[in-house]
Amino acid sequence: MPADSPVATLNASPGTVSAPPLSPARAVWGLGLAAVLGAVLLPIAVVLAHLFVPTGDLWAHLSSTVLPRYVVNTLWLIAGVGVLTLIGGVGTAWLVSLCRFPGRRFFSWALLLPFAMPAYVIAYTYTGLLDFSGPVQSGLRDLFGWSAGDYPAPNIRSLTGAIVMLSLVLYPYVYLLSRSAFLEQSICSLEVSRTLGCTPAQAMRRVALPLARPSIVAGMALALLEALNEFGAMQHFGVDTFTTGIFRVWLADGSPAAAAKLASVFLIFVFAILVLERRSRGRAAFHNLSIRYRPLPGWRLAGWRAAFAVIFCATPIVFGFAAPAAALLWWTWLSAAEVVNADFVRLLITSVALAGSAALITVAVALFLAYAARRSASRLFRGLTRLAAIGYAVPGAVLAVGIVIPFAALDERINAFGADVFGLSPGLIFSGTVFALLFAYAVRFLAISYGAVDGGLTRITGHMDDAARTLGASATGVVRRIHAPMLRPSIAAAGLLIFVDVLKELPATLLLRPFGIDTLALRTYEYATDEQLVEAAPSALAIVLAGILPVILLSRAMRRSSEPREAEGVAPIAAGAPL
Amino acid sequence: MTSAPSGPGLSIDSLSHRFDRVTALEAISLEIDGGEILALLGPSGCGKSTLLRLVAGLEAIQHGTIAIGGRTVSAAPGHNLPPERRDVGFLFQDYALFPHLSAADNVAFGLQHLGDAERRKRVGEVLERVGVSALAGAFPHTLSGGQQQRIALARALAPSPGMLLLDEPLSGLDARLRHGLADTLLAILRETGTTAVVVTHDPEEAMYVADRIGVLRDGRLIQFGAPATVYDRPANPFVANFLSDSNRLTGTVGESGAIDTGWGPVDAGSLPAGAAAQILVRYEGVGFAGDGAVRARVLRSRPIGSGAVIVLEAADRPGETLYARAPAGRAPREGDCVAVTLDPAHVFVFPSANAK
Repeated sequence: MPADSPVATLNASPGTVSAPPLSPARAVWGLGLAAVLGAVLLPIAVVLAHLFVPTGDLWAHLSSTVLPRYVVNTLWLIAGVGVLTLIGGVGTAWLVSLCRFPGRRFFSWALLLPFAMPAYVIAYTYTGLLDFSGPVQSGLRDLFGWSAGDYPAPNIRSLTGAIVMLSLVLYPYVYLLSRSAFLEQSICSLEVSRTLGCTPAQAMRRVALPLARPSIVAGMALALLEALNEFGAMQHFGVDTFTTGIFRVWLADGSPAAAAKLASVFLIFVFAILVLERRSRGRAAFHNLSIRYRPLPGWRLAGWRAAFAVIFCATPIVFGFAAPAAALLWWTWLSAAEVVNADFVRLLITSVALAGSAALITVAVALFLAYAARRSASRLFRGLTRLAAIGYAVPGAVLAVGIVIPFAALDERINAFGADVFGLSPGLIFSGTVFALLFAYAVRFLAISYGAVDGGLTRITGHMDDAARTLGASATGVVRRIHAPMLRPSIAAAGLLIFVDVLKELPATLLLRPFGIDTLALRTYEYATDEQLVEAAPSALAIVLAGILPVILLSRAMRRSSEPREAEGVAPIAAGAPL
Repeated sequence: MTSAPSGPGLSIDSLSHRFDRVTALEAISLEIDGGEILALLGPSGCGKSTLLRLVAGLEAIQHGTIAIGGRTVSAAPGHNLPPERRDVGFLFQDYALFPHLSAADNVAFGLQHLGDAERRKRVGEVLERVGVSALAGAFPHTLSGGQQQRIALARALAPSPGMLLLDEPLSGLDARLRHGLADTLLAILRETGTTAVVVTHDPEEAMYVADRIGVLRDGRLIQFGAPATVYDRPANPFVANFLSDSNRLTGTVGESGAIDTGWGPVDAGSLPAGAAAQILVRYEGVGFAGDGAVRARVLRSRPIGSGAVIVLEAADRPGETLYARAPAGRAPREGDCVAVTLDPAHVFVFPSANAK
């Protein structure tokens, strides 16, 4: 029946009053999308182009000396963080969603707390806690009367240490996504498998894990991308990876081009993770990222099993959040008098202004993209809007290189032109200014705000628009009376997430900071680089406190998710980023 | 059942519509009077929902004209009165209630032009009328499907639109709710003299509510008329079978002007001798009471609802079957041997070339 297909298309996107081809409005949306895509893809294209640009002796030297070490370290990092976040994330998710044991409800949200802890902050904190004069070693010496050399001191400043630190704060990605996958599938498949004679453990192995695999892999991909992005912890531990390498080549060797070449090789690793994630997900769709919660008759644990579950869930919370947070509080108490002064307040204001502007810009761009996708029936157009979210995968250091090179070239041209024509040079306009920094934030975090805003927008069906129109509302009236109130929570959530992420962001901020700009993250890094870990605590604590806000948002969404409509708006945030 | 005509209702003239390069509607023309209820009936994908959206102004017109109450609202090219100025109410299949507003605020949405007190009064009236006053403060996600449906109906009716457009209004409800809502709906439409267009794929629903039925297939209006006419005089085999389940037989017109179907002779009507014909025999057109010459064995006889569906096998031609429907009490038993007669009122003969 030939008429089937047009109506099927119509039903798929009801409500959009179809625009005639090539209308001016359509051209405006198209141009806007092209501009956003150009901005997002420019840094990536610049970096990738350096794969093929000869950069001379320095690169030859690099590739024969340090490059193999970067590759080996990066592979170990991927393997180590992958395994640890898999065990920790899936194990805790399985326990809290499918078992019953004391403290389960508390653990189900507290397991998100390490999200608030940036990797570099936890790395600095454990360095302070575990070094020779730190409380752990001196406590042991006092307790047992040991002296130096009597006992094996753990060397946290190593690749292994870095893997443990990163896993402690990145496992929540895996936890969150596999937890929601377990909860979603549980009603039907798990109970069916039990009625078919599976024990709980067999049901886990034969049904729950295979069904949750796409979500688990998505969570691991997010964790691994964050691990590759990490600069502060790696630098502090002296573990050479691509990110630290980019810094060294750029700042110490003074060669942005060689840094870009390094970044281009780095990007191959990043894209490999993306491709592997895609392929392993196959045709499994998004819907298993929702965090809708339905209580299940879980497996009651008792005795040693319950004790094991409590210890297993408490471990990442204690070591990933409670212990370092306590240390930061104590150190802040010690150093506040010295560190928290007028300068610290200026730091706060700069950080808030920067993060706030980035949040505004990024949410605005996300709104534009989401509406562009909504009003278009073209699949290509919708696909392109999703492509604009690719920036989340690009490590901050790579992004910085890809932004500085074209912007510096542009500034050079402008200044040369100014000098020739007007006899004056306007100085740096794009590079080395706040503009470059905000640009980088927008590209890197667009995916997060797009996910949240688009998730909110898809809850407003085309039929709701249509209903409002037939009830007398004009097109702008629909936006004002339906869209604005329904989108408000998603927009607020998106803004908050961006705000906190920018506050925490280190590598791109460090590379692109304009002269005279100082933020909480930068100050933390500077103190830590000088080994003044106690003095670093107040700014680090401020970042952690801000980081708790999204955790509260997520746990509230979990609690409320028994009311489906409340939860749906936050679901895309739970996913972290729309892969 | 038809109320007195009150001027022009809906008039559609040579309307065609395409999506990309696929035709959704082809040369549709029809007219109903004010206060009449039109049912657009057809299988999914026939274009009936598109037609409804074009009338509402939710889809821009490409070819033809649409007039509501004598006023041209859409005329190709380029004249498209926006939906908010057409004075139509729309009831969506998925209800499309606004989730951030309470039931009462949903109903009040189209009453912006009224003052607060007047608006509250009108909301109260309409909720009362559709029987959901108790739900005024509830939010949509706490309501059942039937309750949401009634709120959506109240919301569409609140501004007293001149015409109500309903997209599969009853299909989401279970059978018991369906008749209750259909009667509420019919009573309100009659009281207010509102013209209505109901899109449905269910012939019983169409015949229950409509004054006029338009049958659509593949974007074409293949029959338009009163329910009884469409049921008793289907324009082609598709309509005959769509309105009620039928057996399809074939045969050739004999010299006497009759066709031997194997289940008894059938009058060929206007078909000339020698023509190949297809014959549709409705299940309810197969009788067992008479002294017909064709003997058949009852393979199966099962009560379904108030009637029974019976499968017959010709006694002298094993494997050839005929379906029949009979009131449950009068159905033959499985294994019985019966004499089969065909009721001419339920037998329709079409030339075989028409066959689809």
